[in-house]
Amino acid sequence: MKRFDAIKKIMENISNELLIANIGFPSRELYEICDRNENFYMLGSMGLASSIGLGLALSQDKKIIVLDGDGSTLMNLGSLVTIANQNPKNFILIVLDNHAYGSTGNQETYTKNTNLLKIAKSAGFKNVFNYNTINFKDLLSKNLIESTFIHFEIEPGNADVGVIDLSPDEIKNRFIKAVKNP
Amino acid sequence: MLDSTEAIYKGIKSSGINFIVSVPCVNLKELLKIIDEDEEIIHVPVTREEEGLGICAGAFISGKKTAILMQNSGLGNCINALTSLYELYSFPLVMIISHRGTEGEPIIGQIPMGKFTTKLLDSLDIYNEKITSPEKSFKAISTSWEKSIENKKPIAFLFEISYW
Repeated sequence: MKRFDAIKKIMENISNELLIANIGFPSRELYEICDRNENFYMLGSMGLASSIGLGLALSQDKKIIVLDGDGSTLMNLGSLVTIANQNPKNFILIVLDNHAYGSTGNQETYTKNTNLLKIAKSAGFKNVFNYNTINFKDLLSKNLIESTFIHFEIEPGNADVGVIDLSPDEIKNRFIKAVKNP
Repeated sequence: MLDSTEAIYKGIKSSGINFIVSVPCVNLKELLKIIDEDEEIIHVPVTREEEGLGICAGAFISGKKTAILMQNSGLGNCINALTSLYELYSFPLVMIISHRGTEGEPIIGQIPMGKFTTKLLDSLDIYNEKITSPEKSFKAISTSWEKSIENKKPIAFLFEISYW
């Protein structure tokens, strides 16, 4: 399965959760599949999607889901440590791991040999899952008491989708509204 | 009279800042302790300054008033976040920076970044102010959040070795 279908699968289970999407094709594919006010498309700052999600999770009660990639996770590995130690219960990090820098020509990442799931466990995450062995919908409906890391192994490849035609201000302002919306 | 740490802390309280990320500096030691004990402030120690900027962006989205406490050496770790996150989305942030590598610096490794800190901030068009006394410190920090909102970008305060 490629990223586009993986995101589709994830979005079939989402209701009103806030979502932070990683730079490049992950954001573009999400925009194509299911644009909604509750999506924050991170257009720059590779590596910081999980950090933005953590800031949100620590400062309000709604559930946050971050769609990150393997290359981006490697770029900000310290984030896993901070999240696991802060451990907000309303935080779910899904790493779509295609072992490649998908937006830049599918150059291999080190996750071919280095297991991100094990790194998350070592960082201190208590809830660590392989996407293919869980029922994501059930997991979302549960009252989790700690942060969650989900490893979703996929194949490399991008869908034929355009760029996001929203301005950064539009993305930000409608997302802020969605966060405040009770 | 306020001491150097108290003046910054009182300024932070008066500005309404209630979400702080930090990477320590020995000169921020006392301030970090006070911030950590303040129950009205969410304090998140981070592994790297850039990560802290991401966390503050998320906290701002949900309505928090955000600041980072850091050493100037960490400015180099933040350049991309300051541009492709903060400049891009017009996020505010108060940066309280211990400016090492300035007069009286005993550690040679701090000198190069000390020299280029203000140049880097200037080249990013980030308002930055060198604070020389506790009186000035309280005044500057207490209006810092409003100013950052007005500027639609981060603002930075530099505290050289002589300040402490």
